[in-house]
Amino acid sequence: MWIYEKKMEHPVRVCRPDVKFAKMVITQYGGPDGELSASLRYLNQRYSMPTDRIKALLTDIGTEELAHMEMIAGLVFKLTDGATCEDFKEAGWEGQYTQHDNGLFWTDANGVPWTAKYIACLGDPITDLTEDMAAEQKARSTYEHLIACTDDELAKDTLRWLWQREVVHFQRFGEALNDVQEWMATSKHMWCGCDREKKEE
Amino acid sequence: MNCEKQVAMLRRVQEMEFVAIELNLYLDTHPCDTEAINDYNCAVERLRVLVQEYEEEFGPLMHFGHGGFSQKNEWQWIQGPWPWEI
Ligand SMILES: [Fe+2]
Repeated sequence: MWIYEKKMEHPVRVCRPDVKFAKMVITQYGGPDGELSASLRYLNQRYSMPTDRIKALLTDIGTEELAHMEMIAGLVFKLTDGATCEDFKEAGWEGQYTQHDNGLFWTDANGVPWTAKYIACLGDPITDLTEDMAAEQKARSTYEHLIACTDDELAKDTLRWLWQREVVHFQRFGEALNDVQEWMATSKHMWCGCDREKKEE
Repeated sequence: MNCEKQVAMLRRVQEMEFVAIELNLYLDTHPCDTEAINDYNCAVERLRVLVQEYEEEFGPLMHFGHGGFSQKNEWQWIQGPWPWEI
């Protein structure tokens, strides 16, 4: 079960609306390395993880990513606040206005809609944790690109904070990977999948 | 209206909850670090106080039985501004 907290995890502020920048930021909402992908990836991988601490970590990081998704939504909301049809046209984002007006939608920066193909779950803890570490790095790089593309100091603060979270998540997933490898090395039997391992104990 | 005060009080909640989140993730992979457990406990206590102070002024931060207890015959949960509007 999840409980909503009626607040952002970290303040989301902008100096002024900037539809062109919103068109770029939207990729962290519905793009391949965005926060929706991150959250669903981790929350979905929990069920095939072998150790309790990794189940906890995926639950907690997956939950935090939901909060980051809300921050990105807030950022796009503020960057497009009050924008008219003309503003969207000027920013080259008229497709967004045509189909969604000022509503949000899950797309990347090129307007490609979100798809489950962005996330993986092979059911193997080493494979899946390695995917998670790569995902954090890809999100980190994307935030660096976004930070390089704006001079809005307030928006930058929000993006820098999200950037730093990716670094921390990468670190924690690395520790979880070590934990799984140790668990495999010390378990009684040869590795043959978590299910069989549990049944044989 | 009282937006500045709300932002400031919310900021203190956000900062203390951030401490708790960081320690929580750290403890997931370092569950035997007793110093971090003490720090986490300390953050929980401080957060509880800050949340209570905020909620007295600006209404519940949580719902579904974890907040929103009403002494005023008034359902405060629906009151804006919502987080993306602050
Ligand atoms: Fe992350």
